[in-house]
Amino acid sequence: MAQNKIDTELYLWEVFVQDKFGEPFTHCGSVHASDSEMALQNARDAYSRRNEAKTIWIVKSSEIISTTPSDEGPFFEPSNDKIYRHPQFYTIPKSVKDKLF
Amino acid sequence: MINEELELQKFEQKIANGEKIEPKDWMPEKYRKQLIRMIAQHAHSEIVGMLPEGNWITRAPSLRRKMVLLAKVQDEGGHGLYLYSAAETLGADRKDLIEALLNGKMKYSNIFNYPTLSWADIGIIGWLVDGAAIVNQTMLAKCSYGPYSRAMIRICKEENFHKRQGYENVSVLAQGNAKQKQMVQDALNRWWWQTLMMFGPHDENSTNTVDLMRWKIKLETNDSLRQRFINLTIPQAYAIGLTIPDNDLKYNEKTQNWEIGKINFDELYNVINGNGPCNRIRIAERKKSYEEGNWVRIAAENYALKNKNNYGTK
Repeated sequence: MAQNKIDTELYLWEVFVQDKFGEPFTHCGSVHASDSEMALQNARDAYSRRNEAKTIWIVKSSEIISTTPSDEGPFFEPSNDKIYRHPQFYTIPKSVKDKLF
Repeated sequence: MINEELELQKFEQKIANGEKIEPKDWMPEKYRKQLIRMIAQHAHSEIVGMLPEGNWITRAPSLRRKMVLLAKVQDEGGHGLYLYSAAETLGADRKDLIEALLNGKMKYSNIFNYPTLSWADIGIIGWLVDGAAIVNQTMLAKCSYGPYSRAMIRICKEENFHKRQGYENVSVLAQGNAKQKQMVQDALNRWWWQTLMMFGPHDENSTNTVDLMRWKIKLETNDSLRQRFINLTIPQAYAIGLTIPDNDLKYNEKTQNWEIGKINFDELYNVINGNGPCNRIRIAERKKSYEEGNWVRIAAENYALKNKNNYGTK
């Protein structure tokens, strides 16, 4: 991030908005800003000019840790062979199923 | 090498399946380059496009029109921001892109090299220029690159306000007194052909289209988008008593298309190459605002360092 100090492009922040209270936050884009206060204000001006957000989260892009698409196979593999984690795996006596399930 | 061919196959399969390509996915260098060029050019168009309209904010004829124009120009700045963000997901640096705009290495939409001579131009720009942009951007919203497609969906929603306020403005003038009618017809005469050229050269002369369509960066050709825009717009013009400045214009019952006269593309190339009425002033204004804003950016950085209120400081 040191090079930012010279080129005045400021830090890059990722923006997450919650469009209704109680709903999950969704990533909607990024903004450049020198500090968290400016990042929140820029995020509001860029991503909520028409009341699209009830709450905004911002996080420095450099702080985000992510899997990569090439991890897709090996990283998520362990869940593929555990079909017993799904309700459909289990058989329920037919007489009970229609009435009680 | 074999690995690369395999990746390319997977990449093209994904596109064929209608899946989106995301920033960290493998992609051919040419796809990345074409996208950066296109998205950056689009971003530049948004921020240069603020200038001809900003020109009329202080002279808007009523407070209502002034509020609307301010909101529209602010939206254009926002659109530029979403688009620069989308370009950055491909590894481009916003500062480099802006420098390329300022030193003439990258282009913006040629339409903004024309001046806004009267108040009616502001209505005509909203109706025609934003209307043409919507036709183009509705296609781009379905493009194969995720971040570009998502930015387009957002932008299209906002452009609808731009087009409607423009058409309202134009229709009020078209139903006004003789002088107002003449002013709005004159504006239409000056902007009509320029707007049609926004869709780019005819298909047979469009060098980029084949590549762009192969990877679904574009889904339709220039001529097909242009025709859609023409068919949408001509009835809107007639509905408020305006005349399209084209003596060869006729409706083809069979194809249900409006057929236009010959587009003078020599003018397009001449203006793209720097000889339009406003090429120099647009870039000079952008440079001025970028340079004059530099102390603000430096001050903001120093303030953040001094206050240590930027969470995440090491």
